[in-house]
Amino acid sequence: MTDVSQQIQPPLDPVEPAALTEKPRNQWLDVWDQFRSHKGAMAGLIFLIFITLFCAFGPLIWDVDPGKLDIRNKDVRPIYTVLWDGDAKVSWARPMGTDHLGRDIMANLMQGGRISLAVGWTAMVLAILIGTLVGVLAGYFRRLDWGLMRFTDLVLSLPILPLLLVMMLLFRDPLRAAFGPETGIFILIVTGIGITSWMQTARIVRGDVMALKEREFVLAARSIGTPPRRMITRHVLPNVLSPIMVSATLGLATAIITESALSFLGLGFPSDFPTWGKILFDSVDRMVAFPERVLWPGLAISLTVLAVNYIGDGLRDALDPRIRGM
Amino acid sequence: MLDAARKPLVSVRDLKMHFPIYAGLFRRRVGEVKAVDGVSFDVFEGETLGLVGESGCGKSTCGRAVLRLYDITDGSITIEGREIGQTPQPDLRPMRPTMQMVFQDPQASLNPRMTVEDIIKEPLDEHTTLTDAEKREKVGELMDAVGLNRKFAKRYPHAFSGGQRQRIGIARALALNPKFIVCDEPIAALDVSIQAQVVNLLEDLQEQFGLTYLFISHDLSMVRHIATRVAVMYLGKVVELAPREGLYADPLHPYTNALLSAVPEPDPSLARKSERIILQGDVPSPSNPPKGCNFCTRCPSVMDICKEVEPDYREVKPGRFVACHLFNEINDTASQMAGTEDKKSTNKEKTL
Repeated sequence: MTDVSQQIQPPLDPVEPAALTEKPRNQWLDVWDQFRSHKGAMAGLIFLIFITLFCAFGPLIWDVDPGKLDIRNKDVRPIYTVLWDGDAKVSWARPMGTDHLGRDIMANLMQGGRISLAVGWTAMVLAILIGTLVGVLAGYFRRLDWGLMRFTDLVLSLPILPLLLVMMLLFRDPLRAAFGPETGIFILIVTGIGITSWMQTARIVRGDVMALKEREFVLAARSIGTPPRRMITRHVLPNVLSPIMVSATLGLATAIITESALSFLGLGFPSDFPTWGKILFDSVDRMVAFPERVLWPGLAISLTVLAVNYIGDGLRDALDPRIRGM
Repeated sequence: MLDAARKPLVSVRDLKMHFPIYAGLFRRRVGEVKAVDGVSFDVFEGETLGLVGESGCGKSTCGRAVLRLYDITDGSITIEGREIGQTPQPDLRPMRPTMQMVFQDPQASLNPRMTVEDIIKEPLDEHTTLTDAEKREKVGELMDAVGLNRKFAKRYPHAFSGGQRQRIGIARALALNPKFIVCDEPIAALDVSIQAQVVNLLEDLQEQFGLTYLFISHDLSMVRHIATRVAVMYLGKVVELAPREGLYADPLHPYTNALLSAVPEPDPSLARKSERIILQGDVPSPSNPPKGCNFCTRCPSVMDICKEVEPDYREVKPGRFVACHLFNEINDTASQMAGTEDKKSTNKEKTL
């Protein structure tokens, strides 16, 4: 017996430290390697970078005022229409055409993208934060569960659109006065969307946390004496990352679309303030005559959402050590 | 026994762990599962107390309750002279380093998102103020001690075999130099060749670090190998507690008897000769245990009194505790009532 224990504990000073120092390789490098192997995620990432750069820096290059009316050059078709219709009204100065008031569509897409992306991301982050917080608290602390989940049910049962309309009516003017028309309305819309779309996330997270709580590694951490807050950050949150990520990607899409719906109802941003959803809705009436006006903003919305979905998928895989296979 | 003179490291008195059952539209409390129902035992310093019993008899719950991973219903637990039975969870934290646990399922007991180093380091993060380099060195030492290659420190648990994962679990339990370790069926999920390795490792570590084990298992031959004393549980109660040799040579309680007769005998000629005691019926539900002795529904030597009065758990011979009417004073009258019960009981009386 003693022989065995001697074997098991070798002297502490052998060559081992050298082997140890060679090992530490940044874990994020492994994550990146795995992420790169997901083709959809890479395509999504490239598109998202492209569309973000297009919206963020596009206006610096294409410095046309998106709000400027030019009634003489209204209803200009995009330049590529010439390919099949030689008589079309096109102009190199308006490569993507103009709308019925002569506003440049490309400049509008860039400006609208800025707003839509900003609203989408901020509202999504807000919704995910609230949803995760409520879900983790309800799932982890049995005492809070009943109250928090009934509150979630309550919010879930509220009709979202009327609620948002009431919020707009009540808070639009004070916020406008405090932060200026654009920032005020931005804050209002983001908060509105954020606090009305966290419920699904909260429910999913709560369920997962409850299942995780019964796993033996959580019990093991409790036997070590890990306090609840570190239990949550160290053991629970990393393991509910996947459903949160999925909710986040869906949440971004919902946020962009809800913002469009609000703008459509005239309760979002002011009418001279383009967003992708607003351009889309403005053009629906004359969709048959001018399909491009629906096509471009629609494509921008759906491709952005798709790209974020794929990125979420790739990230989820990359962050899971079992799939990463190391 | 010599043990009697030594001071117990852990002593458990009348431990009860009842889980409430909620049912109906309003989730009212309609009853409770008496998973552990009045268990008392001592674990002496440096010994291994085996805790055996069939599935669902409350072994694991008992082990977890002793470490206060549950808020126990009733009873007292003393570890190193400190009463922890009713201590609120936050106040238990400073006591945690003394008592640790090795879990049954090595797959489930390791967080899949943490590297081996992080897993073994977690107790150090929680309870020590070492620097990162010191912690890493300590993790390396622990990995050496349990026979894992230090190079694997940055890998994730899924990359290891069952036996290796159990070693990781053992290393984590050892990190804070505990005195008392509850091994909750540490070998049940492993295959036989690995079982031997892990059990030998546990024995070596016990010798090396002077550990005290509460070894929970349903594998009687493994318990015979590792334990110094053995407690047998049935339906939430300890029915018999005795030194290993005594228990295996001469089991007192009818349930222990039946349990031991079920151990497979490797020698075929002996196996043919041995008579197995086949118990009839099923274990009663722990939410509705029978009146009187818990074992009275299946006991081969049941008497009238067993169905009425719960037998006391008492020391019938030095170091041997049993809860059975066959060994009580009232036994004299009871055995008359029961008539010619069986040879076993008269045998027992002689030895008494």
